[in-house]
Amino acid sequence: MENHNDPSGYWRANVRLILGSLIIWALCSYGFGILLRPLLAGIRIGGTDLGFWFAQQGSIGVFIILIFFYAWRMNKLDKQYGVDEE
Amino acid sequence: MSQFTINIIFVGLSFALYFGIAIWARAGSTSEFYVAGGGVHPVVNGMATAADWMSAASFISMAGLLAAGGYGASTYLMGWTGGYVLLAMLLAPYLRKFGKFTVPDFIGDRFYSKTAAMIAVVCLIIASTTYVIGQMTGAGVAFSRFLEVENTTGLIIAAVVVFFYAVLGGMKGITYTQVAQYVVLMIAYTIPAVFISLELTGNPIPGLGLFSNHIESGVPILTKLDQVVTDLGFTAYTADVPNKLNMVLFTLSLMIGTAGLPHVIIRFFTVPKVADARWTAGWTLVFISLLYFTAPAVGAMARLNLIDTIYPQGVEEPAIDYDQRPDWMRTWEDTGLIKYTDLNNDGRIQMYNDSGLGAAETALASAQTEGGDVAAATTAVETARVAHDLEVDGRFADAGWAGNELDVNADILVLANPEIAQLPPWVIGLIAAGGLAAALSTAAGLLLAISSAISHDLIKRNLNPNISDKGELLVARITMSVAIVVATWLGINPPGFAAQVVALAFGIAGASLFPALMMGIFSKRVNNIGAIAGMLTGLISILVYIFVFKGWFFISGTANFPDTADYWLFGISPLSFGAIGALLNFIVAFIVSYATKAPPLHIQELVESVRSPRGAGGAIDH
Repeated sequence: MENHNDPSGYWRANVRLILGSLIIWALCSYGFGILLRPLLAGIRIGGTDLGFWFAQQGSIGVFIILIFFYAWRMNKLDKQYGVDEE
Repeated sequence: MSQFTINIIFVGLSFALYFGIAIWARAGSTSEFYVAGGGVHPVVNGMATAADWMSAASFISMAGLLAAGGYGASTYLMGWTGGYVLLAMLLAPYLRKFGKFTVPDFIGDRFYSKTAAMIAVVCLIIASTTYVIGQMTGAGVAFSRFLEVENTTGLIIAAVVVFFYAVLGGMKGITYTQVAQYVVLMIAYTIPAVFISLELTGNPIPGLGLFSNHIESGVPILTKLDQVVTDLGFTAYTADVPNKLNMVLFTLSLMIGTAGLPHVIIRFFTVPKVADARWTAGWTLVFISLLYFTAPAVGAMARLNLIDTIYPQGVEEPAIDYDQRPDWMRTWEDTGLIKYTDLNNDGRIQMYNDSGLGAAETALASAQTEGGDVAAATTAVETARVAHDLEVDGRFADAGWAGNELDVNADILVLANPEIAQLPPWVIGLIAAGGLAAALSTAAGLLLAISSAISHDLIKRNLNPNISDKGELLVARITMSVAIVVATWLGINPPGFAAQVVALAFGIAGASLFPALMMGIFSKRVNNIGAIAGMLTGLISILVYIFVFKGWFFISGTANFPDTADYWLFGISPLSFGAIGALLNFIVAFIVSYATKAPPLHIQELVESVRSPRGAGGAIDH
């Protein structure tokens, strides 16, 4: 495994995880929900297009998954680097 | 049993429940008062935070905004939820590790500056007070409509209830009351939505019903809605927006504003561990999303139901007679939130997009009677009439329509929903209790944020650092009582600008507090001078941009430019400027910090310790 008790390694891993998560966060809301909506116009869903669904429901679902994924990964990282709370 | 008695029973029962919880959860120490002793389970805390967050705006106004704005109003759905991702990853766990009671606590310590803490206190008080006004007015509407009491009497009852559980119980009492309020408001919101969704689509889950087929016409409900609104001259419900830059910035402003609002952040100080702060954000969003998945369905279906009520034989056929209007319209007309003017004197209610003709006629009439630029008003009427007569291949002109005759305030959609759908009286009683739960739970959270800023950050930190725990608790209770009195007074005499100041709350939280908190955690280099310069830049830029379009200090007539897209900088509305203010804050803070001395070693160590969860312990005093 990576260095134990290496605070900067722990922090770098955290920042990497945040960056990855925020890219998905932005892609689903600002991307699919707003800016890329015309590109998704061909994909029909319940009387409208996929972009509309992302803007009104899909993005919120992705937000929830992202937070739980982040919390789960961070708990593992905490243990891996020995910085978890006893 | 009369509707009034049923409403009284529902509201009375919910209030009795809050009282009971208040007595059970009295606070004995400052730690219990400010952060509920730091021992709240993440799921419970998530539910309480959801009630804290979902205000009168979410419960009462959002579905109306969606009904009126269609796709364009998706901004509120994404903006008011996406901020929790930022909270979970960028702020909450680290601020929990820091382990103090308030937001200015962190800013003051991290930037080793009383000035920085004071700026944070000022931002917090402006943002929270403007927000409280909205809750009190929301509670006032619910009281005057459902309990048939004077607005003032209703607000005083509400204030007494909040006083009882917030002042006695502090965060501990508020947290457990909010759990009960969450359950009440969720049931109240969902039940009418389920009935309406069943009626229109046969699907009992409103969020899925929105994308199902409309039973009556056999086409998807959104397709049907697009058809009828375009037949009435409106933009299609699902139509794309032309100004994407503004939509992106508005959404971003709401997200960072959500993440920066102090009454939301302090909720994360109440859990036992750093890991719990992360889980809390997730659970909060789960509980919020239960309402937010339903809201777009409520908005779309309410719009369809309303059009169906006005045009029972379809939008191509004549509208209903005013004398035949349903009972709910009559009751809401009494509150002034629905207005009818028979412009073409045919006794029917025409509701459609009149290209501004009706509004222009009214302006002309007032210019003629009260004095004003009659010539300009006449030109405006003529321009609007040309547009009106060309609309939908001249159908409106041929039918002899002379302008939109029905004004429906968007705020009544959720409250009137059970009546529009002809649901039994107890559902209406439930809605009354739910609307009050939403307003009161948020008001209590805000009042706590205000009182802790004053008693803890202002008095304990600056004026009397030697104050005892007991003394501070007493001061906290007194400041909260004063805050309740002020909020009630502002609710009874709402400033004319109540609707506009919400932009201010989000703008200040997003442009000033959010960047300062984030830089305090993610940079070791940003120092006291940089943070102060950044926060002031964010604060001043957002204030100036809002005041320039909405009037200086919201005094009408002092605006420098009309508040329309033609005058906005790059088409960015004052509501969307929070994101730009935050960007300026970041830039200025970094430039100034790198031009001045790095923070002292013990501050860099503080940042190091905030980043690592180990050794969090409970929220502690200085």
